[in-house]
Amino acid sequence: MHRSSEVKHVASYLNTRGCECFGQPCESHCPVLTDRTIHVQLKTFIKIRVKPDRTGVVTDGVKHSMNPFCEIAVEEAIKLKEKKLVKEVVAVSCGPQQVQETIRTALAMGADRGIHVEVSGKDYETLGPLQVSKIFAALAKKEQADLIILGKQAIDDDCNQTGQMTAALLDWPQGTFASEMTLEADKLKVVREVDGGLETIKIKLPAVVTADLRLNTPRYATLPNIMKAKKKKIANVKPADLGVDVCSRLEVLKVDEPPQRQAGVKVETVDDLVGKLKEAGRV
Amino acid sequence: MTHCMKGFQAGLRFQSTGPQASARAATAALKESLGGFSFELTDQQKEFQEVARKFAREEIVPAALSYDKSGEYPFPLIKRAWDLGLINGHIPEDCGGMGLGIFDSCLITEELAFGCTGVQTAIEANSLGQMPVIIAGNDAQKKKYLGRMAEEPLMCAYCVTEPGAGSDVAGIKTRAVKKGDEYVVNGQKMWITNGGKANWYFLLALTDPDPKCPTSRAFTGFIVEADTPGVQPGRKELNMGQRCSDTRGITFEDVRIPKENVLIGEGAGFKIAMGAFDKTRPPVAAGATGLAQRALEEATKYALERKTFGKFIAEHQAVSFLLAEMAMKVELARMAYQRAAWEVDQGRRNTYYASIAKAFAGDIANQCAADAVQIFGGNGFNSEYPVEKLMRDAKIYQIYEGTAQIQRLIISREHLGKFKQ
Repeated sequence: MHRSSEVKHVASYLNTRGCECFGQPCESHCPVLTDRTIHVQLKTFIKIRVKPDRTGVVTDGVKHSMNPFCEIAVEEAIKLKEKKLVKEVVAVSCGPQQVQETIRTALAMGADRGIHVEVSGKDYETLGPLQVSKIFAALAKKEQADLIILGKQAIDDDCNQTGQMTAALLDWPQGTFASEMTLEADKLKVVREVDGGLETIKIKLPAVVTADLRLNTPRYATLPNIMKAKKKKIANVKPADLGVDVCSRLEVLKVDEPPQRQAGVKVETVDDLVGKLKEAGRV
Repeated sequence: MTHCMKGFQAGLRFQSTGPQASARAATAALKESLGGFSFELTDQQKEFQEVARKFAREEIVPAALSYDKSGEYPFPLIKRAWDLGLINGHIPEDCGGMGLGIFDSCLITEELAFGCTGVQTAIEANSLGQMPVIIAGNDAQKKKYLGRMAEEPLMCAYCVTEPGAGSDVAGIKTRAVKKGDEYVVNGQKMWITNGGKANWYFLLALTDPDPKCPTSRAFTGFIVEADTPGVQPGRKELNMGQRCSDTRGITFEDVRIPKENVLIGEGAGFKIAMGAFDKTRPPVAAGATGLAQRALEEATKYALERKTFGKFIAEHQAVSFLLAEMAMKVELARMAYQRAAWEVDQGRRNTYYASIAKAFAGDIANQCAADAVQIFGGNGFNSEYPVEKLMRDAKIYQIYEGTAQIQRLIISREHLGKFKQ
């Protein structure tokens, strides 16, 4: 189909997620427990706790914000719009009422309008990449999108599946782990970060791209843009309206914390070290 | 992340049914009956606060120490803040600003001050200089002088204090004499923040030297372009703290000001200058609170890392009590400035609350900074740790924008005045 400079654009599945640090320093964003908890600049140690019934992680009271990779996706979309390569940027998020805040952040960054796919309660607890991909595929067809950009993965569940599944459901090409993307007429040149280095591919639009860390540095929302964002529209849609069944095929059996680190053993000499390793069956 | 999370769904857990829901319903009913009083911020206020907080912690904090050492004017940071719309928020919308209330400005100010009060003071001096124009300027003056602030990252300054008159504003001697369509100004101002960087000044000068003329009619407020011949900024003063802020003496030698630049009219100056304070004292209090919050957070972080006598120092009551008292002071200072800002945004005279907020916040900022140094112990006295800077920066909050003593004068006058009614 003809696509030149009239590319419409569906931006990312905005993850409103908590951050799983598991006691490790977290560079990107970190939840703060209350408005004024000890928040030590960027490197915050927040202990994520498993719920007592082992069905998941405690999220009550944990601040949620846009998934960092999704921020990068939104930024890329807005950059394309600023270069006038794209006509409209639509920010989409699936979840309960709270995700509207995240959509507003995207609007404040420069997206034109938002779509809130309402999923709440039990459905939200079991919402996973497959259902989201179905929602996305349905929306893409409805909105006649030419390009979908998502974060490569959510930093809480690290699934790294939604982008790929969405492309498959739509039968569209995909450029995942993008660290660079260039729109050339109706083709997209994507530089992907892969294990062996960088891979450059050219894919035809319409396509799905997932954003990796080095794609760009997301802008701050400026105060005037935050005020303008209030006037931008967020449409409400239910999965049923899109003909999508959000019932999960997966059941969480249990969630455990990582095993406690055992204390190490100090040895005096290299021989001792080798001896201990042999004892432990490691050598 | 090697931990296997098959089928694990994270995200918000909203229990939309069950005991939590009925508890929420009960709270909602209570809310209705409590009426208007609320500590809740609007979504927009929260978003503004988020941006300011992020900017302060990610961009101001890392740069603050080097600006303090070099004393260099933090123009790159100011430009960034301007780009983000964090400064000049109160410029009316028809002049290109966002027309924010004082409350919103205070929220932003507290966050920026957390990063560095030197940077925040440089920014706040803009508000102070602009306020007389905002409250007393005619349309042409507003469009001209406020408009240009919204178009480019320019600075302005508030020129009232003199070498011989600080608290006693009525004692200023800078003289403005009417000559035809102009006023000719001669005199000396001192301790002018942004004195060397401003594009224009608000100037208060004596226009009627007759001793029988009451204070309320003897002074006039002017807008002075900084490049007017005869305006001579002095050297940058080396101060105890807030070192990157530009503070200078300014000499006015036969400076000619067109009569179009008089605010309201001859003799209206004193009231304008004082009226500006009701709107600028809450943000100054907010700045002091930001500093105190920083002191609290740095001290707490340290107390949870440093060990002595076998425990973290935070586990010793002497230290945890110090932290508790710092927390008390910070929370109360915050509530005080928020009340003062809210009052003036409601359109009411807030002098009483503004003075209380400024006096209290200035005092507790000093106490919290000193306590933070104490908690850091020997390290606190050292320039490699962040708290000694806080102590040096805090002192000025008891001096500028009305000294701690002047605030007490105002509060007692207001209080007794209410009592007598």
